[in-house]
Amino acid sequence: MKATAPMRPLLELVDIHKYYKRLRAVDGVSMTIGQGSCFGLLGPNGVGKTTLIEIIEDIIDPTGGTILYKGARRAAQFRQEVGIMFQQTALLSFLSVAETLETFSRLYDLTESIDHLIQLCHLEEVKAQLNDKISGGQKQRLLLALALLNRPELVFLDEPSTGLDPQARRNLWDIIKTVKSQGRTIVLTTHYMEEAEKLCDDIAIMDKGNVIARGAPMALIETHCRRATLSVPKAQFPEKPGDLQGFINERGDRIQIRTDNVNAVVSKLLSMGVDMRGVNLQTPSLEDVFLKLTGRSLRE
Amino acid sequence: MRFKRMWAIFHARNREFFRDRAAFGWNFLFPFLIILGFGVIFKGDYQSQFKVGLFPIFPSGSVHQSIDLLPESFVAFKAISLVGFETRAQGMDKLKQHKIDLLVETGTQPIRYWVSDSSPSGAIVERLLKEALVPPDSAVRFEKKDIQGRQIRYIDWLFPGVLGMNMMFSALYGVGWVVVRYRKNGVLKRLKATPLTAFEYLTAQLISRIFLLMFTLVIVWVGCDWILGFRVYGSLMNLFLVFLAGSTCMTSLGLVIASRGTSEEFTNGVLNFISWPMMFLSEVWFSIEGAPGWLQAAAKIFPLTHLLKAARQVMNEGEGLFAVMPEIAILCAMTLAFLLAGATMFSWNK
Repeated sequence: MKATAPMRPLLELVDIHKYYKRLRAVDGVSMTIGQGSCFGLLGPNGVGKTTLIEIIEDIIDPTGGTILYKGARRAAQFRQEVGIMFQQTALLSFLSVAETLETFSRLYDLTESIDHLIQLCHLEEVKAQLNDKISGGQKQRLLLALALLNRPELVFLDEPSTGLDPQARRNLWDIIKTVKSQGRTIVLTTHYMEEAEKLCDDIAIMDKGNVIARGAPMALIETHCRRATLSVPKAQFPEKPGDLQGFINERGDRIQIRTDNVNAVVSKLLSMGVDMRGVNLQTPSLEDVFLKLTGRSLRE
Repeated sequence: MRFKRMWAIFHARNREFFRDRAAFGWNFLFPFLIILGFGVIFKGDYQSQFKVGLFPIFPSGSVHQSIDLLPESFVAFKAISLVGFETRAQGMDKLKQHKIDLLVETGTQPIRYWVSDSSPSGAIVERLLKEALVPPDSAVRFEKKDIQGRQIRYIDWLFPGVLGMNMMFSALYGVGWVVVRYRKNGVLKRLKATPLTAFEYLTAQLISRIFLLMFTLVIVWVGCDWILGFRVYGSLMNLFLVFLAGSTCMTSLGLVIASRGTSEEFTNGVLNFISWPMMFLSEVWFSIEGAPGWLQAAAKIFPLTHLLKAARQVMNEGEGLFAVMPEIAILCAMTLAFLLAGATMFSWNK
């Protein structure tokens, strides 16, 4: 499918495909990624997210298709202008955090101040420690610092928070939000819908090597899953509710009402004297969008 | 090509080497201990090379009380050591396992002995025994003459071999295995994402390893020379140049191995496949003079053969740079071929 982004495109992908013998890892993806956006590639493991992102990063070659960066084919300058945080990377052994940043900074023409990056990524306490002595969260922040070392216009983050505990994940999100606020373009892959919802303003959902939906998170939800669910304690639910403009379902000691018009249902329940303190409202998420589009969960 | 980028990788690799204390220590300790060990073993003029078993020797008895019937010239020969056994069965077990070369029953006339037909050492000891039984008057007379000129101690001959062997292992494993490990764990992929080119990366690896090899060589040389006092008949500078050519060549061979692959196990197999024949056929420990012609020809495909030939010519024979130029030229040609192959085949992630 062909999808477009509202902003001026920084990246244009035309019919990208990557085949491994019989496996179609990426199967004809065409899309644009707008400058200054935080673009999220969402999907469960094994749908081709990493393959696609590594093709865009120029790490692996596609079987076919064209990629344009700033309207032209990627040249040597591309590597000077992009920052990459891979899903799995070991670091050079026996080097400290600061020495690792120093080593990588010598590989670029234009670099950020190492002290600034250490501060931005909260690495002050571990800057003198060897790479193999730091925690998982600290390692991810170091990898993010490495990706930001060359003041990149375009930052690729492949599953940046996988394997982190909730606190470390939120710390990483805060740093990514800071980077985003600096106007840089971010391409992020994730299978955490919360991560995509919090960080991305443009999302493509991938399944079986292709993009099956594209848009802003709320727009995707609005388009594909408008229906919300109200859960009312069975004891409070009126015996004759009349037309509630929704589908009513009994689940244990609660009644669930799935509806496109939450306001109307709430008004009706209030008019029938239902105590709203016991009522829960569940709004649809990207997980529901994915479930609806593919019939599978994001965590599968 | 940017020297700043190559310097970054060169510097990082050197830091890794010097900070990995176990590997760092082993790189110095291994050749030092081998040379020191051999220096102690071959300190005397003679060594006991052949072992002759005697039975029956009872626990209270001494081997030397039971050797009256053996020819004096045979038991007095310094290259023979005598080992006693209580029973014939014990002696036969050791003979079958090639732990002794000949087994003699004491107190018998004629002398009864056993020897393994498949043992070259056994055949020599048997010959020594038989010749010792011939009365001196009926033997053909010989006159012993001393070797004129320089006599090279075994340790002086062995020293370049051990240094070359250490250089070979360090070059092949320090580049070949390490780069494959980096490819497997994603370090190379991370470097590929930067402006660093494959040429810059490989050149930095090459220069770093040559620097480390020559650094190790100098330290081990000085340490061993201080203890054992080596005799170098040629120029030390020429010897340094020979080792420099050798280390460059073997590091380049390491780059060929490093150019592809993500399996450390497979790479280990390839490294063993190359390094072990190279160690035995390149005359690290012993000369292959007299070996079949095809084997001597095959040995010439190894860079270590040419390195050691040139190094021994300079160190043991006092030859100048001109005399070893053919070997240096072969090493340079091999280096060029290895570098071309390595650079052509190199992949960051396959």
